[in-house]
Amino acid sequence: MANTQSMCTSFLGELLSATHNFSSANPAHTANTADTFKAALYVTTATINAATTAYSATNEVSGTNYTAGGVTVTNATNPQSTNSSSTAGVGYWTPSASIVYTNVTLTTAFDTVLIYNSTQSNKAVSVHTFGAQTITAGTFTLTMPSNSTTTALLRLSTT
Amino acid sequence: MAIINTTKGEMDESLLEKKEGTIDNEDELTTWVEYWLEGELVHRSVHVTLKKMPTFAGAELAIF
Repeated sequence: MANTQSMCTSFLGELLSATHNFSSANPAHTANTADTFKAALYVTTATINAATTAYSATNEVSGTNYTAGGVTVTNATNPQSTNSSSTAGVGYWTPSASIVYTNVTLTTAFDTVLIYNSTQSNKAVSVHTFGAQTITAGTFTLTMPSNSTTTALLRLSTT
Repeated sequence: MAIINTTKGEMDESLLEKKEGTIDNEDELTTWVEYWLEGELVHRSVHVTLKKMPTFAGAELAIF
């Protein structure tokens, strides 16, 4: 099987039920506290895609200094939204720092990171793929794109 | 000289063979660095910058 980059379908529906809270301002849940989001890596033979509804340890990478479930995503910038016309709007969000797995050894090739909400029963958010990699006593760094209407990690657009 | 974390512990970079590479396509910009000791890979780090993000687009309002 293969992994496929996508926003998770369940996530889209969960947005309408206020399941996920990326913001520390006017949050839907705990006052002034955003949910905690995490990033888990998956091997190339996994099947992580739009149909993924929650984090699972199945086919997650394993190795020295890698903790099942991955690492916490830094979230210091609240979601933003803007519109370019009366009918075209975009809501967007990007982690405020790179996702870093330090001093790990991951010998099985991996090509996917799953962003998920560890506060809300590990519900899936999005799947991001890249060329297959291994790490040997080193660091794997995922640098985030610019947090803009056209490049943010997550974008909800009316057009 | 720089100290490199390896499978054999921290080692002086001058003792190791260094290999580097880059992948730059429409999906990602990736750089990697490897250190080898007598034909054995002892360190590999990777830095990926994602370029193409998933977007949910085309949402529409119901018109009554």
